[in-house]
Amino acid sequence: MSAHLAPLLPGGGLGTGGGLASGRALAVGDDGEPLVRWDWIGRNSDIITQHLNDHLVLSIVPVLLGLAVSLPVGLLCARYRWLYAPVVGLTSVLYAIPAIALFVVLVAFTGLTRTTVIIPLTLYTLSVLVPAVVDGMDSVPEHVRQAATAMGFGTLRRLVQVELPIAVPVVMAGLRVATVSNISLVSVGALIGVGGLGELFTDGFNRDFTTPIVVGIALIIALALVADVLLLLVQRLLTPWARAGSNARTARRAVRAELTEPEEAAL
Amino acid sequence: MITFTGVTKRYPDGTVAVHDLDLEIPAGRITVLVGPSGCGKTTTLRMVNRMIDPTTGTITVDGRDIRQVDPPTLRRGIGYVIQQGGLFPHRTIIDNIATVPYLLHQDKKQARARALELMERVGLDTGLAKRYPAQLSGGQQQRVGVARALAADPPIMLMDEPFSAVDPIVRTQLQDEFLRLQNDLEKTIVFVTHDIDEAVKLGHRIAVFQVGGVLAQYATPEELLAEPANDFVRDFLGGERGIRRLRFVQQLDAEAAAEAESATGAESATGTGTAAGAESATGTGSAQGGGAAAAGER
Repeated sequence: MSAHLAPLLPGGGLGTGGGLASGRALAVGDDGEPLVRWDWIGRNSDIITQHLNDHLVLSIVPVLLGLAVSLPVGLLCARYRWLYAPVVGLTSVLYAIPAIALFVVLVAFTGLTRTTVIIPLTLYTLSVLVPAVVDGMDSVPEHVRQAATAMGFGTLRRLVQVELPIAVPVVMAGLRVATVSNISLVSVGALIGVGGLGELFTDGFNRDFTTPIVVGIALIIALALVADVLLLLVQRLLTPWARAGSNARTARRAVRAELTEPEEAAL
Repeated sequence: MITFTGVTKRYPDGTVAVHDLDLEIPAGRITVLVGPSGCGKTTTLRMVNRMIDPTTGTITVDGRDIRQVDPPTLRRGIGYVIQQGGLFPHRTIIDNIATVPYLLHQDKKQARARALELMERVGLDTGLAKRYPAQLSGGQQQRVGVARALAADPPIMLMDEPFSAVDPIVRTQLQDEFLRLQNDLEKTIVFVTHDIDEAVKLGHRIAVFQVGGVLAQYATPEELLAEPANDFVRDFLGGERGIRRLRFVQQLDAEAAAEAESATGAESATGTGTAAGAESATGTGSAQGGGAAAAGER
């Protein structure tokens, strides 16, 4: 682990490192040094793949953990409204703490491990996911909730079979935001040598070499896009009814067509 | 029979929604609770299935105090239809209708078969079974609401302004079909409305509430129109009371005639149609909004 840190610390702080690199980046063209050296990518594909895997784990695990925490917390906030304001305040404060400060504190306990990166990232997702759960519960129409109660649903059954399914589109929207923002945030873990693709940035800065930086940026963007599309697909699979509602007019037309041609509908 | 004895509902802020109510709701009949908003009619309805618990007094169903039954169990035995439908947007029509049978752990296949049967019964094309509520018109959604309330064949149905959100033509049609359905089913129905015409048309007995949750009069439609108990009831019935009464009497005559006709072998369905036909809008109703329903029935 210290081997990871070693090239970083003598660098004289990240700020200067970054400034230097960007200053150089502008001059890249003059040096005749290409922005991307394709042969480097080929030679280092193993390392890149390794970083990509790490990046994936480091972005997904905090979102899942964040959801696991946000779900009960959000449900409690939806039920006991007075809780909501203080909880949102707390999650916002957590979000405002710079990752680097949290790392400094956490390294003392968890060392230079994935855990040290996962904890702050998990805390950050709460500021998106807790409101998403509360908004999701608010999106359940009151008459539907009342009807469920009147049909004889108990509290828990109503929650699981009626309220949560209806809340899915809103919660999923929050989950997408949290996932995408997390994918970009993971890079900060490179500060302690656990940063997935972010380590390509430190590598590039330290060596004053743009190729890994460009590769890192491209892969992070690609990852974010793919994750977003996948989550969107999951959402659509989970909530076929939500789209049925938005296409109400075309659907009604279909209904009418079906009514006039029952034989065709039977096929 | 549902019996209210000395029932009062007072909210923590001091508002009295229902004041010392004594009311006997007969079995197998439609009892309409009518009154202006804030008169406690919906509160009264919701106390029957313990959505709201009274502050004082007792409510019994067939002699049994409803407080002795745990609310979910009680509610599964009481159908419930509300104005906005209250359909589950994430469930298909057939699963919406089969909600209570599922809750009662009835056989899924059987519950679905029954749901399809109910769809036909309330005038819905079974081709809609796999659709979602948002894909149906307001009138169709209300039909689903009624079918859902009937699914577990409960002896009691609570209906909270079930036809208020649809346009007048569809409303008339839904009312007529509802009356025809009730003729077959003979449920104990408590029906809340703010529309006195609807109350007169549907109710065997009408309970008129006034603001403050006080029962102003409890009578048959004839009695109510002929002898309003006080000024409030007279005002609520409005200046057209005479016309309403006349129309009501005509309707009774038409019904009697239709019954006589059906006794001599005419198809009973047509009979109900003519009876309700006293209101001229009905004709257009079944022609337009009823397109779907009519197709479903044939």
